[in-house]
Amino acid sequence: MKKFMFVNRKAPYGTIYALESLEVVLIAATFDQDVSLAFLDDGIYELVKGQQSKNIGIKNFSPTYRALEGYDVEKLYVERESMESRGLTEADLLVPVEVLSTAEMSELMQQQDVVLSF
Amino acid sequence: MLHIVNKSHRQTASLESALRLARDGDALLLIEDGVYAATAGGAVMAGIASAVDRLKIYALQPDLEARGMAGALVAGVAAVDYAGFVDLVVEHPTSQSWL
Repeated sequence: MKKFMFVNRKAPYGTIYALESLEVVLIAATFDQDVSLAFLDDGIYELVKGQQSKNIGIKNFSPTYRALEGYDVEKLYVERESMESRGLTEADLLVPVEVLSTAEMSELMQQQDVVLSF
Repeated sequence: MLHIVNKSHRQTASLESALRLARDGDALLLIEDGVYAATAGGAVMAGIASAVDRLKIYALQPDLEARGMAGALVAGVAAVDYAGFVDLVVEHPTSQSWL
């Protein structure tokens, strides 16, 4: 089993990256790999509660983050600096996450076998 | 003149450039990922909070809603729907999309 980290750095909807990342995460989980997700920079916006995308004609995929647990994907990490500099707190997020310092996030990245960036 | 910005101020310099080039009294419409600049957590850093006095600033409501940001719009920025977007384009002889 390899350690895979998916690094999410883009806001949802404006680009396809966030959705594509989720798809690959689910594939990796299906192959019984050790999967973790990191949310940095604008990627933190992917986890914001209350997304209602009906009027922009794009499926609201944010509930999928809540379903990850069912695929044994339970390691979701958020960099504190990215979250706080956007005026967000854990209470604004739709799933439980582990909030890490920048140094802790760096350390976690170093421990991975594969890092995929979105 | 109408300036339209569709990128996050944290990802590209589009908004920064639009604000630098916009003249007093111009209109600025934030759409797609551009709307984060008009939210409580972003307006100061993005320069929107200090631009509301010299520009007419708008944010597209459906894009705010999609991102869970409809409740976070800062004072001085007006939410517009798609019809309002069209009105803004019609009202201004020139539009610039800062891609």
